[in-house]
Formats: sequence, structure tokens, C-alpha cells
Amino acid sequence: MQRLKARWLAEFPACLKACPDTNLTMPAKRTLFEKIWDAHLVAQPAERSPILYIDLHLVHEVTSPQAFDGLRAAGRKVRQPLRTVATVDHNIPTEPRGTPITDLIAAKQIAALQSNCKEFGVRLFDMDSPEQGIVHVIGPELGLTQPGMTIVCGDSHTSTHGAFGALAFGIGTSEVEHVLATQCLAQQKPKTMKIDVRGRLADGVTAKDLALGIIGQIGTDGATGHVVEYAGPAVRALSMEGRMTLCNMSIEAGARAGMVAPDETTIAYVKGRRFAPRDAEWGKAIAHWRSLPSDTGAAFDKVVEIDATQLCPFVTWGTNPGMVAPVTGRVPELRGLQDAERRAADLALQYMGLEPGRRIEDIGIDRVFIGSCTNSRIEDLRAAARVAKGHHVSANVRAMVVPGSQAVKRAAEQEGLHRIFQDAGFEWRESGCSMCLGMNPDILQPGERCASTSNRNFEGRQGRGGRTHLVSPGMAAAAAIAGHFTDIRNWKYQ
Amino acid sequence: MKPFTVHRGRVAPLDRVNVDTDQIIPKQFLKRIEKTGFGQFVFYDWRFGADGKKNPNFVLHEPRYEGASILIAGKNFGCGSSREHAVWALADFGFRAVIASSFADIFANNSTKNGFLTVQLTEDEVARLMQRAHEVENYQITIDLEQCEVRDDQGFRAKFPIDSFVRHCLLHGLDDIGLTLQHEAEIAAYEASHPAVERG
Repeated sequence: MQRLKARWLAEFPACLKACPDTNLTMPAKRTLFEKIWDAHLVAQPAERSPILYIDLHLVHEVTSPQAFDGLRAAGRKVRQPLRTVATVDHNIPTEPRGTPITDLIAAKQIAALQSNCKEFGVRLFDMDSPEQGIVHVIGPELGLTQPGMTIVCGDSHTSTHGAFGALAFGIGTSEVEHVLATQCLAQQKPKTMKIDVRGRLADGVTAKDLALGIIGQIGTDGATGHVVEYAGPAVRALSMEGRMTLCNMSIEAGARAGMVAPDETTIAYVKGRRFAPRDAEWGKAIAHWRSLPSDTGAAFDKVVEIDATQLCPFVTWGTNPGMVAPVTGRVPELRGLQDAERRAADLALQYMGLEPGRRIEDIGIDRVFIGSCTNSRIEDLRAAARVAKGHHVSANVRAMVVPGSQAVKRAAEQEGLHRIFQDAGFEWRESGCSMCLGMNPDILQPGERCASTSNRNFEGRQGRGGRTHLVSPGMAAAAAIAGHFTDIRNWKYQ
Repeated sequence: MKPFTVHRGRVAPLDRVNVDTDQIIPKQFLKRIEKTGFGQFVFYDWRFGADGKKNPNFVLHEPRYEGASILIAGKNFGCGSSREHAVWALADFGFRAVIASSFADIFANNSTKNGFLTVQLTEDEVARLMQRAHEVENYQITIDLEQCEVRDDQGFRAKFPIDSFVRHCLLHGLDDIGLTLQHEAEIAAYEASHPAVERG
């Protein structure tokens, strides 16, 4: 996508530039990542991968049943049930709770998690629990997620928890079994990358746009093999929820993990949460967390600089999250693209039913999805509700809001956000992953075009033949009302 | 785990970049609670029409690529979701290895746990193999993990990089949980100084 990048970058010449790291390193100067890595090394056997201790293992119904089967087959136990927490999120319906699950295979998978948690003594926030929610929403809101931790989950968006200055990454089912059995992982040490975001984001430009802007620049494999640390004033200025959105999308740039150094914003967020340290432990914890930020002059394998002031609301036009355009821009021209890139862009446009040069604001939509581990937290819902207030969803659009957790849902209802959404014609649903990946009945029909606050616009992701455009919550709400994409910076708030 | 030493097999070319795991195994097939039986669903939306009928134009359905055990694809293969089902599906379909110029980290990691090899060659080498797979009838290559080498009968020969420990585990089919548990004393010592706290 080099040429495509160049094309929209040409509109923002000062926007993003990569530069080599010129820091001279002293061995004692360590990055945030290196401090956490070093503190969790259990063993470094010769000729083998280092063995890393895992502080928190989050489990859900889709990637765990085969891992529990593996434990049973080998006669192993869950080594640290206190460090293991499960919930159901991926395949559950977002109909009112208590509605029978009609998908029998999904019901079986949920039942398997319930019986596995019971058998192995793992805490489960089940369907009917007031704490249930998307695993990457409830970890932070319960205070399970804390700075300096190593956190894994059988889900690629585990990178979300890096917002707290934790080392958090997605794993496959074999590694889920490995962690259940040993509380450790054999890991090759990743490289480090700093993404330094200078300046401040303008009004209407969100953490989601920052994430899309970065992926548009470095590509969907731009950070492969690296742990990214996001730094700079624009990142410091983000709320914890904004940082979660940013770190969440790290995997879409191929990163092993994304992180933001803990600061007073982080500490204020964690304080008083259910699983957060208390009393004397709290003082010790915050002293430790304050020691975690990268040392001045610590070296990274790669450094990328971004000028936040040049970013704008983005909309994806293709079938990977790196295919982005400014909302005021156009679907890119493909002339001049070479071989594989041209073929990929061509296939993407065919799939998306778009032609080069189409104005983004002229693209009409059928569906809107506000939700997912990227953008389903209370601030996301507030941003969307602020746009929706006093307006009505376009007659041609079906729009749904799916809170990330039961706690988010309760908070939104206390603020009356659900009324704003319902009055505007949005559906207000129960918490879960929902249409982000369409494992439950919330899916797009073939050919339907959706403005989605989720993280992946892959072919078929939200339903076979469905066409996904990734945007921020405010942009999604505005598109629902206008019936097409529209620049949130010109929105008439009521 | 099934060891991987030297494998010779037919090559199927999948000439696309950024093949994501949603494509390799779509979400509707992730609800199974077994590790087996995913092969029938691999690349489902590409292999089958919306009506469930076989798409005869998809490369894996061309008779000349039938029985292929090596897939060759564009860069960033396996990006996206961490679903190990993608590896299970490819392996169950009959593949032993994928060759590409780059792989997503989690996919590559998952592969090593299943005796499935991700072979990283340069873009130029991948392009040459891709071309031969398109042009040569019954094109076969040998992937030699002992020598870390890919070769064919027409004189192609290229080395590929792989972590030495990962290679060791693949060559011998080692269970890495067992290997980690050899460090029980160190894990126990770490846990003694970092006890889990009951909260909530």
C-alpha cells in the first residue's frame, strides 16, 4: 500500500514521517517494555526461548475449550486459578438476557466454558452476571488490568490492556493451554518500536482516528514483530478509554502489543476498582507503577513520528484497516500501483462495491454498529449520543448500539444515553462482541454497507458479503443520521 | 506434536497479500469445541458460493492443485484474529507448510505448536516459486527443515530463517508445555516471591 499511503499523505505532507532512531544507548536505560519483560523472566535456558511469567490470563468461550481438553488429556490442572478470569462475550446474543440461545452450537460452546470453569476452579463472569462484558472491557473496568503486568488472552485484541502500561498480547489456543498449565509462556523477545505522536488531536479527531492514521501510514504489517510504545503529548492527553482504543488497534498494524506508559491518568483510573490493590498495597503499587515509564534516552529498534495536528476523521474504504482515507477525501485512484498492491486494492474495491475517485462523503450506508472492544465504553457512547441527540436515524439505515459490558450499559442508562439513542431510532442492546465479528446473530446481509466502530474491515468479517467501513463512534452516529459518511467536524449538535 | 523434518509436496499458489485468519476460517466455524474437522471449512467464502456450491475457479479447486500440501501466498499471511483454528483448518485440509515473504506473529506462533511450518523467503523468491507453481504442471518442492532450505527439481534453492529453538521443537515434535514444566523449581520460586492475591 506504499503508493496509496503516499497518495493520501500528499494531502497532509507534514502528517506522518518515519525516522531512524538516533539515540545512543546506555545499557542501563530501559524501555517500559524491557522493564516489564525483565521483571517477568522466570528462566532463560540456553538455546531455548526465555520463559515469561503471566500475571493475568483472561479466558473466553471461543478459544478455550480445546485448551481445557488438553489439560484433561494430560491430567493437568489450572496452575493459578486466582490469576485466571473468564467471561462469555464472542458468540452470545445481544437480545435481552434470558432469551433462549437458538444457535445450539454456540450454546454448547458456552456450556463448555461453564463446565470447564467449574471443573478447574476458574472465576467466570457468566451471561447473567452484572460484571459480564467483552473481555477487554471488563478487565480494565474491574481493575484486573494494572500497570506493569503481563496479560494474555486467546484473542488478538488483548493489546487493549497495554493502555495501562502492561505487556498484553493475544495468543492461540495452544498457548492458552500452556498458560493454564504453567502460568508461563516460552516467548522469543520481540523488538521495540516507539510511535511518538506530537501536538494535539483537533476537535472531532479521536483515538480511533489516530489509530487508523497510524495504520494507514505504517501498513497492516508495519509493526510486525514489535511491541509498540505510544508516546508524545497527544497520547498523554488521551483518557484511559482513548488509550485503550489506540492500543486495541495495535494488532491491526501487526504489532505484538501496544503500550502507553502509566501516569497520573492511569493511577486515577485504577484507584478503587474492585480488583485494584488497596490500603498499604496501593501505596507500594503506585510507587512501582511510577518507576515503569521508559528511561530518558532508552533506545527503540524503530521510531515513527506522527504530527497529531495534521490528522482528521478517517474512514476505511477497503478490506484491511490500512486502507484509509480522510472523510473529506476520496477512494484512491489505483493508477500507478504495482502488481500485488494493485491487485489487492482492486479486489478490495470490487468487494466493497466502490470505484476509485468516489468522494467518501458520497458513500451511502445501510447499517451502523457502535460497539466492540475498540469503541464500546462509556466515553464512546457519550460521544455517539451527543451526535444523535435531537436527530433521527436515516430511514434507510438500521443502527445498533452494543455496550461493551453490563457495567457500561448501566452507566449509560443512568445518564439517560439509552433514551437518546432509542429516541433517535438506534437499537439499544445487551453487551457482547456482537457484530464486530458476527459470531452471534448480529450480522450484515450480503451487500450491506456498514459504518462500524469495530477494528476489522476484512472480507466477510461482519457477515458474508457485508461491507465494513471503520470509523470513530461520533462518525458512526453521524453516518447513521445522514445516511452517508459526513465530517463530524461540521456536525450540528442539538 | 507431529515432527516436521523434510517434506516434499505439490505447491498451490494463493496470489494474495494480507490473507487474514477470518478468510482462512470464517467465524461461523469457530463454535466447534474440538480441534479436528476444520479442513472442510478452510477458505470457505472463497471456495464456496453463497449457495454452498463449490467455486470451480478458486485455485484450490483446480485439478492441477489437488492434493497440494504446500501453500504459497503473498506477504503478511495470517494477519488478524488469533484463532488457532486457522492453523488447524489448513493442516486438516492437508497442508504441512505455508511459504510467504512475511507472516503475522500470532499465526506463525500458533503454527509452531501444531507441527505446521511457516517458511519465510524473500519477495523475489516467493515470486519465482509462485510463477513456477502457475506454469509447471504438478509443481513440487522440498522443504528441508534440517537444512533450513527450500528446493525444487529445476534448480531453485533458498535458505530460510527460523528460530533455533522453534526448529528444534518442530524437528522433534516436542510438547513445549512439558519443556516449560522442566523449570518447575524456577516457576515455584518466582511464585513464592510474587504470590497471587485473592481480591474482589
